[in-house]
Amino acid sequence: MKQLWIILGASSAMARAFARKAASEGADLILAGRDQDDLQAAVADCLLRGAASVTAMPFDTRDATSFAAILIAAARFEGVINAAVFAGSMPLQSEIDANPELAAGMIADNYMGPLRMLHELAPLLEDRKSGTIVGVGSVAGDRGRIKNYVYGSTKAAFHTYLAGLRNRLTRSGAHVLTVKPGFVDTAMTWGLPGMFLVASPTDVAEAIWQAAAKKRDVIYAPFFWRYIMLIIRNIPERIFKKMSV
Amino acid sequence: MRWKETEYSGWGRVLKAKGSLARPERISELESIISQGPAPAIGNLRSYGDAPLNGDGRAIAMTRLDRFIAFDPATGVLEAEAGVTIAVIMATFVPRGWMPTVVPGTAFATLGGCIANDVHGKNHHIAGTFGSYVESLVLAGADGVSRMVSEISEPAIFKATIGGLGQTGIIRSARIKLSRCPSTLMEVHEERIANLAQFIDAFDAAQSAFQVGWIDATARGEALGQGIFEEGQLYDGPPKLLRSRKSKAIPFNAPGFMMNPLIVRWFNKVYFGAVPMSGRNRLRRLEDFFFPLDRVHNWNRLYGKKGFHQFQCVIPTGAAATTLKAMLSKIAASGLASPLAVLKKMGPGRAGMLSFPMEGYTLAVDFPDREKARELIADLETLALDASGRIYLAKDSTSSAEAVLGMYSELIDWREIVNQIDPDGAFETGLVRRLNLRGRS
Repeated sequence: MKQLWIILGASSAMARAFARKAASEGADLILAGRDQDDLQAAVADCLLRGAASVTAMPFDTRDATSFAAILIAAARFEGVINAAVFAGSMPLQSEIDANPELAAGMIADNYMGPLRMLHELAPLLEDRKSGTIVGVGSVAGDRGRIKNYVYGSTKAAFHTYLAGLRNRLTRSGAHVLTVKPGFVDTAMTWGLPGMFLVASPTDVAEAIWQAAAKKRDVIYAPFFWRYIMLIIRNIPERIFKKMSV
Repeated sequence: MRWKETEYSGWGRVLKAKGSLARPERISELESIISQGPAPAIGNLRSYGDAPLNGDGRAIAMTRLDRFIAFDPATGVLEAEAGVTIAVIMATFVPRGWMPTVVPGTAFATLGGCIANDVHGKNHHIAGTFGSYVESLVLAGADGVSRMVSEISEPAIFKATIGGLGQTGIIRSARIKLSRCPSTLMEVHEERIANLAQFIDAFDAAQSAFQVGWIDATARGEALGQGIFEEGQLYDGPPKLLRSRKSKAIPFNAPGFMMNPLIVRWFNKVYFGAVPMSGRNRLRRLEDFFFPLDRVHNWNRLYGKKGFHQFQCVIPTGAAATTLKAMLSKIAASGLASPLAVLKKMGPGRAGMLSFPMEGYTLAVDFPDREKARELIADLETLALDASGRIYLAKDSTSSAEAVLGMYSELIDWREIVNQIDPDGAFETGLVRRLNLRGRS
């Protein structure tokens, strides 16, 4: 059965690595994002790495009119429809503190846009009784921390949405995988202070691919963040509120 | 685009730089960086000394601009962005029957780095250097303008760019000619060699496409120059599956005593003893043959946090036997040598004005960073200079402007071309300043 992977936010380093993995497995690809020049370069790259077909399409989380063309292309595809959401943005907490209006764009990128897109895509997967949706959240969504809580709250909302969608799609045989990456070595984290245990996008993409194949529900990437976050989640609020982790 | 303030170093880790690094992931990001002003491009930091360093300045890490652009199966010409590594090219194209015609000793090198250092491989004696297979490249100059450069369109700039240490501009992408490879395997023959004279005879008699010698640089006296001669031919028989061996990583810096003479001598004894007296033939995966050290990630940490130097020189054929003997005697007597020195025969092939190779023999030896080691390297360099040989700039961390001027006969011509297209020295790196390669100081 042919497999279509719709990569939403395909220009990010993690998305690029995941698209390459899917290409090397012979998938059909839709690379969706804003930077069409960059996506055209990625089309050639993925074709040379073994993708059955690759199409670049415009996708803007803040502009729902960009969703329709992708949904039509998905509906026309004969085979299994899969999608992976890598779209997102992370202004610094200090920038948001200075200008709270910035939160609106981030909510659109990390939550509202992906939600609306996935909500329109979900019926297609239900109809075909197959397919996997990968949603990339963040360890930052596990607990509100002083350093990054506005971003974290958008990811927490997305996690909750994904959990509900999983609950829904599992009834028709489709599947939802929630991915919570720790620090990944991408443009988003490049040069930020306080980074540790930084994982390569290639390793994270490989972990996501394996987890999707095994129909895992929620993974941390790399895996050890499960234990770090287990501790962080279980610190009593009375103590946590005084910490600056 | 965020600039990262960081300390970084080449593979040898002795020379370090503090500076600002940008790492664009998209073409638009690279263009916005270039529009802010030119800066040298760096790759995967696999050259040893300060060739990829720009202390107190900016540099552009090209590793994320690593996409394939086009491949023509009729001609074998591959076009790719400069940050793609040899490892990725091979993983993608070897299963389809194509490989880079020349591959260096590590697959972690980037396409841009292979061109900027005009690297050579185990087939140099017949195939020449990496740059000989570059059809064209796209160069972003100091003026911020990108243009296609080839041997036909701009021969002078092309030859100044191949092996040109990034001084003509930022290599953004290149078209290289791949060669056919019939399988993913290499037929390898290994035999023990008793001394240096026998080594040179073995290289002269060998007919194979790929050749390399591993020397036990701790051996002295009668056994001076003993080691293993390894040759390979691409395997073209019925398909066979060899399992890939898992790579390992050195997780932290080894303590200083790791490279003490006793341990090194013990290691070499075990390593060389593994090949039976009668020699052996075996099939190996291409990457295991070409990149044996890549299996141990961060092997440079074995030298501890102080790092190490690699001395690599080439000696013209006529002087090779006597000069190499003198060098190996000095190295053995010093007790400083590390495991696995490399000896290889080189052909005349070189594609750029500052390319390292010349017809003769090349010797590469690692030394932990000590005062005595730096003195020894200076002595070895004098021997190379006296024999009309030269040292490899991609490995160097200790040489001097005078020595290099005497070794690279086209240096003056190269300077003129480079200083004309980059008059302000925007692409200068630590190595270029230390060795005054551009004659600007």
